[in-house]
Amino acid sequence: MIQLVSFYIFATIVIASAAMVIFARNPVHSVLWLIVAFFNAAGLMVLIGAEFIAMLLVIVYVGAVAVLFLFVVMMLDIDFAELRAGFVKNVPLGLLLAVVLVAELVLGIGAYQAGAVKLGTAEAGGATISATVPNIEAIGALLYSKYVFLFETAGLILLVAMVGAIVLTHRRSHGTRGQNISSQVQRRPQDATRNVNQPVGQGIEL
Amino acid sequence: MIGIEHYLVVSSILFVMGVLGIFLNRKNVIIILMAIELILLAVNINLVAFSVFLGDLTGQIFAMFVLTVAAGEAAIGLAILVIYFRGRGTIAVDDVNRMKG
Repeated sequence: MIQLVSFYIFATIVIASAAMVIFARNPVHSVLWLIVAFFNAAGLMVLIGAEFIAMLLVIVYVGAVAVLFLFVVMMLDIDFAELRAGFVKNVPLGLLLAVVLVAELVLGIGAYQAGAVKLGTAEAGGATISATVPNIEAIGALLYSKYVFLFETAGLILLVAMVGAIVLTHRRSHGTRGQNISSQVQRRPQDATRNVNQPVGQGIEL
Repeated sequence: MIGIEHYLVVSSILFVMGVLGIFLNRKNVIIILMAIELILLAVNINLVAFSVFLGDLTGQIFAMFVLTVAAGEAAIGLAILVIYFRGRGTIAVDDVNRMKG
């Protein structure tokens, strides 16, 4: 009972805040509604026992992605009213498309509920969910054994994304002195130093 | 008791919300990126729901990889947005014609 009630609360808030994301006038509000949507989606996942993905959602989406969005929205000086110019014109077609899409999807789910479609069975020998092993432990055991190469590839993707983002946005500023590696490497001892036989009492010349 | 169809309905509505967001805010790249995040969230809810109700953990692993790619996509997308704004002073999608595509 409590599960059902919390499901409906979370689901309602997810959908309402998703609507607010796309209808809000101010993009900062959109980002904040996106954060609400992510929190409640995490709640939905906790409800069926996928704690790890739920926590990942909060950490990665709310902690990193949403903050990145917020940062960019606030950093750029954009006239958002001008960008909303075509909004009203696009509403009829967009709503029509949305209604058709959601009707089709719900039709499929209704066919499942009516018994026309059977939910398949999990592949034999796959990673079955056990009630005694905690979710995080089971995911860790699977991730570091069967999916270890995929896991490393995911790390590589993040590395490439990081390097890409830095290379794209980095601006070489002019007033600063940087390191010139090739001139450093080309420098030879005989160019840089000289031997002098300094006479006594005449001081040194630099 | 809640079944898989509850989750599927929520995720399909969320997915359609994302598509609608792309349709309505056709000029504003930031909202379009947020709508893509909503779509990926719907996909993740779907993957987790199927994983739990089929009793196979693989779906949750997949959801994690989707999350990874979504984070990378957001970072690169916003980086492109920032350099585009630097060059043009606007982010309206209609004005993106530098490559004459």
